[in-house]
Amino acid sequence: MQWRRRHVLGLADFRVEEMEFVIDTARSMEEVLTRDIKKVPALRGKTAVNLFFEASTRTRTSFEIAGKRLSADVVNFSAATSSVTKGETLLDTARNIEAMKPNILVVRHPASGAPHFLSQHVSCSIINAGDGANEHPSQGLLDLYTILKAKGKVSGLKIAIIGDILHSRVVRSNLHSLGRMGAKLWLCGPSTLVPKEMERAGARVTYDMREAVRDADVVMMLRIQLERQKTAYFPSLREYSRMFGLSRAVFSLAKEDAVIMHPGPINRGVELSDDLADSAQSRILNQVESGVAVRMALLYLLAGGHDAAH
Amino acid sequence: MLLIKGGRVIDPVSKRDETGSIVLENGKVKDYIPGGNIPKTFDGKVIDAAGKWVLPGLIDMHVHLRDPGYEWKEDIRSGTLSAAAGGFCSVACMANTKPVNDHPEITGSIRRKAAEEGAANVYPVAAVTRGMEGREMTDFAELAEAGAVAFSDDGKPVASSLMMRRALEYAKAFDLLILSHAEDAELAGEGAAHEGWTAHRLGIPGIPSAAEEIAIARDILLARLSGGKIHIQHISTRMGVDLLRMAKRSGLPVTGETAPHYFTLTDAAIEGYNTNAKMNPPLRAEEDRMAVLEGLIDGTIDAIATDHAPHDDYVKRCEFVAAANGIIGLETALPLSLALLAGGKITPPRIAELLSANPARILKLQGKGSLRKGADADVTLVDPDVEWEYREQDVRSKSRNSPFFGWKLRGRAAATIRGGRITHSLMPGVSVND
Repeated sequence: MQWRRRHVLGLADFRVEEMEFVIDTARSMEEVLTRDIKKVPALRGKTAVNLFFEASTRTRTSFEIAGKRLSADVVNFSAATSSVTKGETLLDTARNIEAMKPNILVVRHPASGAPHFLSQHVSCSIINAGDGANEHPSQGLLDLYTILKAKGKVSGLKIAIIGDILHSRVVRSNLHSLGRMGAKLWLCGPSTLVPKEMERAGARVTYDMREAVRDADVVMMLRIQLERQKTAYFPSLREYSRMFGLSRAVFSLAKEDAVIMHPGPINRGVELSDDLADSAQSRILNQVESGVAVRMALLYLLAGGHDAAH
Repeated sequence: MLLIKGGRVIDPVSKRDETGSIVLENGKVKDYIPGGNIPKTFDGKVIDAAGKWVLPGLIDMHVHLRDPGYEWKEDIRSGTLSAAAGGFCSVACMANTKPVNDHPEITGSIRRKAAEEGAANVYPVAAVTRGMEGREMTDFAELAEAGAVAFSDDGKPVASSLMMRRALEYAKAFDLLILSHAEDAELAGEGAAHEGWTAHRLGIPGIPSAAEEIAIARDILLARLSGGKIHIQHISTRMGVDLLRMAKRSGLPVTGETAPHYFTLTDAAIEGYNTNAKMNPPLRAEEDRMAVLEGLIDGTIDAIATDHAPHDDYVKRCEFVAAANGIIGLETALPLSLALLAGGKITPPRIAELLSANPARILKLQGKGSLRKGADADVTLVDPDVEWEYREQDVRSKSRNSPFFGWKLRGRAAATIRGGRITHSLMPGVSVND
């Protein structure tokens, strides 16, 4: 297929063949990562700016490494140290950076839709690296890739996603990526954090951890934001952990060859027991590894690397 | 003297819907002549209203003129010009100016400025509480003497039930009206859109319908407790309409309004993070839209008011959750209301009630809302069939925050006459002289 997309704002409008195309590209990128010298000149002379309005070490680092492996110049612009705190508007900030002529802006922002808004006002490409509770498309793609590697397919698998569904951009991207690929998605967590409306996205909602995990092929645990507790979504971390944390006993209900995923960072002993996090069934570090390859693929495709290569 | 000749005269107060002519003189309706019988010689200007509807001057009981304090968004001049262009002769302006209209001096200065430069009658609504802070009542009687027609902290709810009770009880002694921005602000929380599928999908924090309905229910119960009159502003939910209907059936002194966007749009309009579809209360679900429509049809909802809320570009050109609430509405309210006729359940006289007679009755505006002999010479001529496109460059307001640009609309104010003077005209040979 021909890659025509200028921005990756979300997976909401991604077709199956586009997702497959990104995964195929990621696969060839992964080959680069097995080499002794893990760097190709594909994006030499291109500049990617990581424009982060929200703290994130792993996603930013993953994009940074991805860019550098492709020989792009990667610059980090973190809003915490910028004039944003003095009241510069998002649009002004983006226009300032755009005036420095980057090719790609990788944007993380606490407000849902911020990358969509920017894409209407700047001329460079934009990759959404997480916007509010909306989407985290590179995570949705890397989760898809990780599951494909672990299971060989996605269609027909029972995938349980457990935790704070309400505020999770990872879930919203996964509903598109895994959902569109034919997975049977189950969403679970305390009822205050799992809106029933999510069933309209084609997922099943349950508040019973055992029902969600039973016969699952993949159990994806979400990080519980410890600061959510102050708005009383659940009574205590202790109760949360007992009712919605993944333990050996609960995980034993899943299929024998089930795998565990987590977008990170993990709260050990809260949503995931210590031993499971390090178990053979855990694919958490594979997710991080796939992440670099998927982000290389996205940068490569958006920077026109595809055309250059052919 | 001005003769409006041979139009369809629609005046629900005098139970009139027929071809006729109206004579205006010295700022009043001097005469009504039914049918085509018009004086052979007429010593004055004649407007041929054939094919037009002749309505009592439209009244918008809910606008934000942003004056004083935010004149770059709107001022009394631009806001009333926008009103005139939309067919409105009168507007009631909310108190959330800077300073807040909580003092007779401010009410007086709004009235004076409006008298000098307004292209429409401006009726100030004063705050219920000082600074709209919800703690101390404003001087209701003095504010009313200075020209306040009602009291509202619109933009914010009166959070305390006790405060609202006292306000209703105190207002009752002077027969004054409280307008309620019904919202449980804590329940609405950080919400930026209607809590429903669209907001969940877009990852936008939701405002549940209950945040509005709890407050409507509370205010109805407080009206019952106090015997004071209350008017519920910008009703947007199904249960909100149901509560109002129930209150009216119990004979409580309660009225309510909705805005054109609530019966025209749903929360689907926020798709793409469209900040021009962001308002408070938020655009709701289709079932809510249908219920608002039902409330307009069965008489539960008394008035259509725009909640005209001008905002400069930069508070709308930003992240959705950070964007300001509200849209301009004065120039689109009439055609969006006329679109209700298509269902056949809302008649032209009902439109005249919703946009003129009822707001005049609720706010007790003397001489307004009717075309009977002796009424003020406020007339809106409507071309019900003209098709036109609402374009950004034609807007008379200073602000451009509307979700309706590019819409093909049907029906429009052909001319607006206020106190016998023409404040707006699209009719050949009829020129503005106000």
